[in-house]
Amino acid sequence: MAMEVELKEMLDEIQSLKQSLPDSSKSSIDKLQLYVKHLTDLVKSAPVRRPKLKDMSAEVVDSNPYSRLMALQRMGIVENYERIREYSVAIVGIGGVGSVAAEMLTRCGIGRLLLYDYDKVELANMNRLFFRPEQAGMTKTDAAVQTLQDINPDVVLESYTLNITTVQGFETFMSSLGNKTFRPEKEGSGVDLVLSCVDNYEARMVVNQACNELNQTWMESGVSEDAVSGHIQLLIPGETACFACAPPLVVASGVDERTLKREGVCAASLPTTMGVVAGLLVQNTLKYLLKFGHVSPYLGYNSLKDYFPTMEMRPNPQCSNAACLDRQKEYLLVKPARDAAKAKMEAEALLVAEGPLHADNEWNISIVDDSEIDVKDVSSSDTLPEGLTRELPIADEFSRLPASGPSDMSMDDLEELRKQLEALNAD
Amino acid sequence: MSVPAESVSLVSRIHLAFDLRRGSPTMEGWDPNTKSTLTKIPLLTVKAGPRDGGAWAQRLKEEYRALIAYTQMNKSNDNDWFRISAANSEGTRWIGKCWYVHNLLKYEFDLQFDIPVTYPATAPELELPQLDGKTQKMYRGGKICLTLHFKPLWAKNCPRFGIAHALCLGLAPWLAAEIPILVDSGMIKHKDDAAPSTET
Repeated sequence: MAMEVELKEMLDEIQSLKQSLPDSSKSSIDKLQLYVKHLTDLVKSAPVRRPKLKDMSAEVVDSNPYSRLMALQRMGIVENYERIREYSVAIVGIGGVGSVAAEMLTRCGIGRLLLYDYDKVELANMNRLFFRPEQAGMTKTDAAVQTLQDINPDVVLESYTLNITTVQGFETFMSSLGNKTFRPEKEGSGVDLVLSCVDNYEARMVVNQACNELNQTWMESGVSEDAVSGHIQLLIPGETACFACAPPLVVASGVDERTLKREGVCAASLPTTMGVVAGLLVQNTLKYLLKFGHVSPYLGYNSLKDYFPTMEMRPNPQCSNAACLDRQKEYLLVKPARDAAKAKMEAEALLVAEGPLHADNEWNISIVDDSEIDVKDVSSSDTLPEGLTRELPIADEFSRLPASGPSDMSMDDLEELRKQLEALNAD
Repeated sequence: MSVPAESVSLVSRIHLAFDLRRGSPTMEGWDPNTKSTLTKIPLLTVKAGPRDGGAWAQRLKEEYRALIAYTQMNKSNDNDWFRISAANSEGTRWIGKCWYVHNLLKYEFDLQFDIPVTYPATAPELELPQLDGKTQKMYRGGKICLTLHFKPLWAKNCPRFGIAHALCLGLAPWLAAEIPILVDSGMIKHKDDAAPSTET
């Protein structure tokens, strides 16, 4: 738009110049006018894409895409907003929640986004946000990259069209999370946070597996199949419950289950619920990355009652996931030192804030401490906060039977069994 | 050719679903034939997935033993209804066929699935690619919907259930509930009706 305006001004200038000049030089002025008109047409037809910006400017002008974000810093909400450009976030599942989360982070100027999905855009997805009808048939990852790079060319986008639950997909998933070329000096993996925006239990368990193995902090999100509730959850391997520590929690819809009609469809969806959950997820992400406010360990959303249950879950010392148990052991080793450092920091912060903020408190306003969040042992299922239930049962107690003889150790046995099944299959 | 004995009616399946949602995934509500078949499929003991090396090979043997026992049982009960075999040497991808008899006509479908990296904590997602888009009780790519009638049972019985159990408790009741509806609504046609006859 800015370019069009300037070309218009240029045409006006030429017009006034033409009037002030003798007739003999008018033909070259006419030529110049034609050029400018042609350029204006070109500008109008070409999609406008802004150039990449080296720095995030705080300057408040119409043309600065970051002015309103950098204002967070001036207002004291965020200490250093520009750090967002150093961060990498992986989004698994580019559906109703993941695509909107990706757009939010792109508009916030995140450094790098890794997008994972194996699905294609369909017209049946149009009841949700982000994808457009003309993108039907494209892979979700490619369609997302197309839109996101137009919105903000500063974001480094990587798209992975694969199914993370297969052995091969999982290997690529793990190695892409470990790649540190974007910020080689970063400790740990190559990403700062993984967001799980998938729509099924199997894929969540796979993200959980990868993050437990990589000691990678991640956030879970989900919308119920009846589209009226959802949740987000922060998972720090070893420190909080992992996704396999207990059967997954779901926000109860709050209506009598018997009145719900489940026949016919396997999933309903609403752009509203998905938009709310994506918003809660990215808000928690921004708070976690840019270190402001309180990062929620678990936040549920029941849209029928507008009820938001919260809780915190400790890891299960009997978790069935071996990598989770390893992380739990490591966490217990460093915990005393971490607690001491945290106590010291809090004491220092208290000293700074010692002086009363308002000397006179005419209205007797006081701040109520509501930090008493339920901390739950995930292994005991009967103590869940109101409005939360388990989606799946806990596995029954089961003692391993003694291995059935030494012949089990041979590989030939496996080949023999395979042949036996093939023989049965043949008739 | 006989009608498979494991036909759970749609009504009993829905009752079952509600039982499951109350948090008691039991075998109540399943027909006696399925129950007695299930008790005869050997249970598995090794909790290992495809990334667990030698332990996975042990698990794979148990999978084969259970599949062999289940197939033999089906054949001797005149209730043979599937073929399945590993499509790679690691045993992580399986392909085969399954069929269902409705009104004395046999309807046969390709069957395929991958063993997920988190197996057996999560069940294989059984796919019938030819039925993709034909029924709403299916996810993208022809993955049948197992959420209510099967997933809770799998979770409760991990790691004792394997591929054979997934076919018996996941796929068989799905076919019994869905195929009659798909045939009666004209969504699927018998192979003899599908191709127009050239004889006149």
